[in-house]
Amino acid sequence: MIQFIDGNEALVQGALKAGCNFFAGYPITPATPILLSMMSELPARGFTAIQGEDEIASIGFCIGAAMTGKKALTATSGPGLSLYSENIGLAIMGEVPLVIVDVQRLGPATGSATKDASMDIQFVRWITSGGYPVIALAPSSVEDCYLLAVHAFNFAEKYRTPVFILSSKEIAQTRMRADLDLVALPEILERTSPASTGSGKAKAVSFANELMQPIGIVGGEELSRFTGSSHDEWGNLTKSPEVIASLNHHLNTKIDADDVALWAYSGPEKPKTLIISYGIVSRSVNEALREIKNRETGHLILKTLWPVPETVLKTYLAEAETILVPEMNHGQYLLEIERLKPVGTKIIPLNQINSELIHPKRIAEALLEVSHA
Amino acid sequence: MPESIQSYLKPEVKSFPFCPGCGHTTNLHHLDKALVQMGADPKKTVIVTDIGCVGLSDQYFDVHAFHGLHGRSITYATGIKLANPELKVIVLMGDGGCGIGGNHLVNAARRNVGITVMVFNNFNFGMTGGEHSVTTPIGGLTVTTSGGNIETPLDVIGLSQVCGAGFGARLTTFDKELPSIMAQAIEFPGFSVLDIWEFCTAYYSPRNDLDKQAMLAISEAHSLPFGILVNRTDRREYTTNLAAQPAKQTKLPPDLSPRFGTLKSGKLELILAGGAGQKIKSTAGILGQAAILSGGYASQKDDYPITVKTGYSSAEVILSPEPIDFTGMMSPSAALILSIEGFQKEKDKLKEMGPGSFVFLEQSLPEPVTQAQIIRVPFEAIAKKVDRNSVALVGLGVLLSKTGWLSKESVEAAIGIGQKAAWLESSLAAFNAGWETGFSV
Ligand SMILES: Cc1ncc(C[n+]2csc(CCOP(=O)(O)OP(=O)(O)O)c2C)c(N)n1
Ligand code: SF4
Ligand SMILES: [Mg+2]
Repeated sequence: MIQFIDGNEALVQGALKAGCNFFAGYPITPATPILLSMMSELPARGFTAIQGEDEIASIGFCIGAAMTGKKALTATSGPGLSLYSENIGLAIMGEVPLVIVDVQRLGPATGSATKDASMDIQFVRWITSGGYPVIALAPSSVEDCYLLAVHAFNFAEKYRTPVFILSSKEIAQTRMRADLDLVALPEILERTSPASTGSGKAKAVSFANELMQPIGIVGGEELSRFTGSSHDEWGNLTKSPEVIASLNHHLNTKIDADDVALWAYSGPEKPKTLIISYGIVSRSVNEALREIKNRETGHLILKTLWPVPETVLKTYLAEAETILVPEMNHGQYLLEIERLKPVGTKIIPLNQINSELIHPKRIAEALLEVSHA
Repeated sequence: MPESIQSYLKPEVKSFPFCPGCGHTTNLHHLDKALVQMGADPKKTVIVTDIGCVGLSDQYFDVHAFHGLHGRSITYATGIKLANPELKVIVLMGDGGCGIGGNHLVNAARRNVGITVMVFNNFNFGMTGGEHSVTTPIGGLTVTTSGGNIETPLDVIGLSQVCGAGFGARLTTFDKELPSIMAQAIEFPGFSVLDIWEFCTAYYSPRNDLDKQAMLAISEAHSLPFGILVNRTDRREYTTNLAAQPAKQTKLPPDLSPRFGTLKSGKLELILAGGAGQKIKSTAGILGQAAILSGGYASQKDDYPITVKTGYSSAEVILSPEPIDFTGMMSPSAALILSIEGFQKEKDKLKEMGPGSFVFLEQSLPEPVTQAQIIRVPFEAIAKKVDRNSVALVGLGVLLSKTGWLSKESVEAAIGIGQKAAWLESSLAAFNAGWETGFSV
């Protein structure tokens, strides 16, 4: 079916497709439309959506609901994401499946509420104490919002962890022609109830990095135990250095970067010049390459930003002589590419934070400079 | 439901980890008695603890246990209750938690969500070393109020009451009826809250010679009476209320499968600008939908001030036979300017417009600086005759009949999509009035 919809609407359709059955959020531009849609879509399906008194309450509601077995979603923008910080730590520690949409807008503090930028790229990675890995996906189109919403719920279930969707104003609020039926979706993963342990108590977690592990359900048949404090596999508090070490090792290693890597590449097999982009900027790059009929340049669009898809990046970085990294921030993902690139590869950052999209002309000019150099 | 449980405390646990004489110990034994008295089903009971010494409590009970962040226990409890309303959800929090999480107390009470909050109120932060809290009495000595506390203590029950809590009681840890009132609170269908005064034997009590007698004096001096102070059943519990709300059916956006041939024009970039109330946004949507119905692609980006009912309203629409990547304006093909607010907003973009492009301008507006062909039309005056609210549709009619970029049928179909029947006729009339005018400008 062909629709004229924006990224926020597509994201809601994707979340519903993935089985989202709980939402809590607090209004903030440009994420508010997700709240409004969920407040009507979920009750229409017999589920619950609620506007919290603030972002802290909203993510708290989601965490509580998620641990009863719900597939929970919340959506915000930079200022609200800042308030989520401590609870994201809890969700990492308690291994809570949860999807968090950050519809990015420009600036720290209030910034330019209705303007686009990619300011939260490193923020979501280091958003809370501990420095543990998170999963973050970045759509660059309306169709991506739909697709990545489904992936996000799947990854949240598979790895029992909060998953971010790093949308942004231009993707979220620009209507486009889209046919979501043409988007090939992954199989939808459902949570499994823990097998009886015989003791009447549910295991909280296994430190063996098992995927899709059955988890204790608050209100389930076996008594569950959830805690944000250091705990053993049964959720009991512990002071044992050995147990604490295995808990923290587990949290640090449980996400398989290759498994969650999503990307798209177009261009020659071994490009001399490579552009690496993500989010809305990818579209400026596409436009530029088409406009100047450039077929020698490779274009790698990253849809998974965290964990860094190192295998993919290293493969492409190995071949190119020059890498162009356009970003609507001061060079946040550049840091990751710089640390992975072979010695001698030239990196050209292209940054813009002026409330406007990067014009394809700027990209074309940068490519021209590369070819003259 | 288990027949009769003698104790909900884990059999392997012999004692609690609190200091000797700590009120938390007494309270937890009372809570155990309350659960026994109720015959609570462990699988349907959840203890959510806050942070602080009180936060160590949940793990001693054989019920579902949830231990989260400081001050946020009420939010997890609310999420659990919303997700599974048949659960009995009990929050155990300190007076410290009431301070940092006061907003959640206020809102849980306002919602009347069916959870029970038990405040283990020992007048200070036990865990962090005896700092003052929101409930420290006036004059109370703590490590952070060495000259005596000068902040008025929070009336936990009074606050909850004015916010709409269903059940509230203030008690002391000595009260014989504490277990039965705890049970009553847990069984209460709406929001219930207990302010349980007790001892921190490490800090507050010794420093302030707090005993039972002194507690009574504090109660007297601060007008904080004991007993069941709130008990009203006139408000329905939140999840019950929510379930009773009529579920409105939602619908997907309309199907826009092409049905009017193919988009003949090349890529077009259009600016629609006017004032609030001129239906710029919906008209831009109609334009985009008409292009899609004509087999093309479209993008639409709206811009308006936060104060939506005043000032400018503008939209950028791109129509293209090919999929659209970049949604910014590169070289606008036409601008439709309907009011002075829209003129001011877009006048810089008009400057960039070259020969071969068009500016359709409301008759009365000033002369813009542009190389585009300027076409002045009395849009307002035409709209007044058909539908004064549809100035933008009049404008669209003029623009499209003049340029021939989209067929009349495709726009009429787009107007029909998602439009309320009451509006349809006048919208079509406005568009047609514009369309006719377009031949003569
Ligand atoms: C966000 C945050 N700030 C501060 C702390 C440190 N902290 C731990 S317990 C506590 C106070 C607890 O006092 P109360 O709630 O009265 O519980 P009690 O120890 O008296 O039982 C504080 C401030 C924390 N854990 N989290
Ligand atoms: S410090 Fe105070 S509150 Fe904490 S266990 Fe000791 S007496 Fe109880
Ligand atoms: Mg206390």
